[in-house]
Amino acid sequence: MNLDVIASAQVGSNGGAEIVFWVCAVIAVSGAVGMLVSRKPVHSALFVAMTMVSLAVLYLALDAPFLGMVQIIVYTGAVMMLFVFVIMIVGVDASDSLVETIRGQRWPAIAFTAGFAALLIGAIVNGLQGAPDPSLALANAADGGNVQGIARLIFTKYALAFEITSALLITAALGAVLLTHRERHTPKATQEDLSRKRFREPGHPGNLPPAGTYARHNAVDTPALLPDGSPVPESVPGPLHERGSVRPVNAGATDEVRSLAGGHTVITEDGGHVQQSDDFDNGPEAGDKP
Amino acid sequence: MTTAHYVVLSAILFSLGVLGVLIRRNAIIVFMSVEMMLNASNLAFVAFARQAGNLDGQTIAFFVMTVAAAEVVVGLAIIMTIFRTRRSASIDEPNLLKY
Repeated sequence: MNLDVIASAQVGSNGGAEIVFWVCAVIAVSGAVGMLVSRKPVHSALFVAMTMVSLAVLYLALDAPFLGMVQIIVYTGAVMMLFVFVIMIVGVDASDSLVETIRGQRWPAIAFTAGFAALLIGAIVNGLQGAPDPSLALANAADGGNVQGIARLIFTKYALAFEITSALLITAALGAVLLTHRERHTPKATQEDLSRKRFREPGHPGNLPPAGTYARHNAVDTPALLPDGSPVPESVPGPLHERGSVRPVNAGATDEVRSLAGGHTVITEDGGHVQQSDDFDNGPEAGDKP
Repeated sequence: MTTAHYVVLSAILFSLGVLGVLIRRNAIIVFMSVEMMLNASNLAFVAFARQAGNLDGQTIAFFVMTVAAAEVVVGLAIIMTIFRTRRSASIDEPNLLKY
């Protein structure tokens, strides 16, 4: 099997296993530290994913190819992506999360954790002194491979725990559905309802003219012109009004439009066409006829 | 590499997870720290399985992964429900059960 080949290649040469361990350990610890110090939750999630991938490589080096693959599929593939989805819904607002609520709580917390880590590491190094050289080659070979060995244990010795796990997973799925389900108390508004509501309320029932309609420019700061040449202030987005950067309407052009709308056409010398002035270059190109 | 190396790495990762739970306020990051602790214990399980020379530790680590996946699903659902009603993902906000 392919994974066994990878795992045995990493364990087989001792120097290779050492390099794998130190590289992955540094990546894993820096990922954990990155999760702690990054301000944005998305960055934290990606740092944790990095830690999980390096842990998967460490599992491969520890003669556990099945767990290594499951680690990549379940943790980086499913769990961390679920985190990222939830962050996209929830966590964008939470950039203030490095502020302390309880004043001065951070340094005691760091001191406590350092002491805890020192205790753990001391106990481990003390307890594992003179341990025999470990190897899983015999256990992995007993049933024809790592996957087969774990399968035999799951379905014989740990069969009850396995069944309970299935009940747990079903309960968790039901719980997630129940917790995120929202009951609709009012019927959903149809298109007809929305239309009636628009006409019942004061205001503009239809679409507002977009910026630049019938005007000289079609930039967003140019108010639309009504057929009589007067500007429509609502056609320009509100913030531009606030900032005072609405483009002023060209008075000459609007006067001409108004005069055209009032029936005072400008007759050209060569045959009754409406002459466009240079000021108003947005209309039909009637004056260009030969 | 000896088992002690792996278990010391696992202890360091576990401590960083503890630190994350203690100093971060965002519920999602606290949750990630819990995941980090679960992973650290998994690494210790796998390392000790190799030391013991049988596959029981790897089987337990597999069960831990299953439980962690179920826990993540329910926990994130709770976080989303709280966010919907309180508009906040901070763990200091939901204190209504106190009164």
